[in-house]
Amino acid sequence: MQGKLSRFNIVSLVFGFAFLYLPIVLLVIYSFNASRLVTVWGGFSTRWYVSLFSNQQLIDAAWVTFRIAVISATVATVLGTMAALALTRYTRFRGRFLFSGMVFAPLVMPEVITGLSLLLLFVAIGLDRGMFTVTLAHVTFSMCFVAVVVQSRLLSFDRSLEEAAMDLGATPTRTFFHVTLPVIMPAIVSGWMLAFTLSLDDLVIASFTSGPGATTLPMRIYSQVRLGVTPEINAVCTLLIAFVTVGVLTAAIVNKRRDLQRQRDEHAALRG
Amino acid sequence: MAQTLDQTAAAQPPREGEGLASFIRSRMVILVPYLWLLVFFLIPFAIVFKISLSQSAISMPPYAPTFDVSAGFSGLLDNLRELSFDNYLWLLDDALYFNAYLSSVWIAAVSTFFALLIGYPMAYAMARAPSSLRMVLLMLVILPFWTSFLIRVYAWIGILKPEGLLNQFLIWVGIIDTPLQIMNTHTAIYIGIVYSYLPFMVLPLYASLEKMDFSLIEAAQDLGCPPISAFWKITFPLSLPGALAGCLLVFIPAVGEFVIPDLLGGSQTLMIGKTLWNEFFANRDWPVASAVAIVLLLILVVPMMFFQRAQARAQEQER
Repeated sequence: MQGKLSRFNIVSLVFGFAFLYLPIVLLVIYSFNASRLVTVWGGFSTRWYVSLFSNQQLIDAAWVTFRIAVISATVATVLGTMAALALTRYTRFRGRFLFSGMVFAPLVMPEVITGLSLLLLFVAIGLDRGMFTVTLAHVTFSMCFVAVVVQSRLLSFDRSLEEAAMDLGATPTRTFFHVTLPVIMPAIVSGWMLAFTLSLDDLVIASFTSGPGATTLPMRIYSQVRLGVTPEINAVCTLLIAFVTVGVLTAAIVNKRRDLQRQRDEHAALRG
Repeated sequence: MAQTLDQTAAAQPPREGEGLASFIRSRMVILVPYLWLLVFFLIPFAIVFKISLSQSAISMPPYAPTFDVSAGFSGLLDNLRELSFDNYLWLLDDALYFNAYLSSVWIAAVSTFFALLIGYPMAYAMARAPSSLRMVLLMLVILPFWTSFLIRVYAWIGILKPEGLLNQFLIWVGIIDTPLQIMNTHTAIYIGIVYSYLPFMVLPLYASLEKMDFSLIEAAQDLGCPPISAFWKITFPLSLPGALAGCLLVFIPAVGEFVIPDLLGGSQTLMIGKTLWNEFFANRDWPVASAVAIVLLLILVVPMMFFQRAQARAQEQER
């Protein structure tokens, strides 16, 4: 039965994906519009991309955003992986309920609340707002996403591999770096990328926790969008979409290849 | 925290010859993220709660200082006496806040319903697709989630505006003569939320439908059960955990949504995320903003606990 799609199935897929992709496709198309009027097609042109590169404010904001995203994604990946290990490997420790609550709650917590509460913390401890505080804020909410991604991989992980390594005399540290880490690496990589794009994308939390001189790209885009739709913003958005899409697809292909390679290796090892 | 350590020691005895180093290392795995979340997630809520009880003041930061350690114990008592529920009474007094909470919950609920309506058939079709196609479809659902939220909301402005692409298209086809006013209405917000959160609905639904044994349906049909009632009696109940998780993943963040009502809803729309933002950035009344946040949190606590329970149960199943 599985494997055959009825007409209704096909219609709902086509409709659903059209709904998901049409707006993005239109946005990309209209970023190449020669006309300043955003919804009137005036011929193909790349003039908005050219004018982007002379917009120093946008370039500065992009650079700030990029640095925050790289740093916060990296820290969040380390912390999130640790949290995932803690949740899967240690099923009983006091405060585990609170801990798992703190890992899952940020996933659905409205951003305005997270932003406000972090800002009030920074004010309370007298931390000057700027790139640093935005980075701390981004680490906090994106580490939870990393934890969930890595955790799902750890749950399907065959613990007997680790036991075998330890029986053969490997220390726990060695076992972790040579057995566990390579297996959960795809999840860690996608966790990092998720954290990176979440940081790249965040408007609300950054607006609360940012200070003078640390305007991020979403904040810049937002303030321009409020004034109206412009082809220049369409061009920025298209570049961002292209950047993220290429990154995600590359990672997916690399992961797939590595999985296949490992399967082949395991197969070969079994036949020995 | 010290007790946390003892417990894990029992769960994972250090190996011989490893001793203290490995003991400490295994504790670190729990302790570091635990402390981070305590400091940057839990304590901030305590601060929000505290400030929601203090008076606003014209200064920087714009609230009357509470806990002044230098004043000693008596100073602390004075401070405690100054705390008041005035901000909460203020929220009760002004119908604006009540209406904003109400309409946020309503808008989120309607959007969740439509997300389920669109997401369910998608997830169902994905689960029944040939397995070679399934990975591609899954990727296609996840991909928009990676592209910027702000951009995806922004893209709808160009479509929904009075002179936007949708109206141009409808007029060109001849369905309407005058442009529809969709921008700055609730409809625009529904579209924005459903669009932005659809992947959150589809993914958990797909996960639970994919695990389902479709031969159950065949069996039911062989026994003479019509397809529609087979769906309601077998497929739907089995997919309920996924549907619940999906609905919560859409509903909870949608209640506090700021970007979508702000960009698509115009100035007329009342949603609590926007109210909080304005209270904070425009009125600079931090104590009232904090009180708004605390009440919002109270509204969401029950669905959030459902969410955590669902997560924990899903984990147990996978174990």
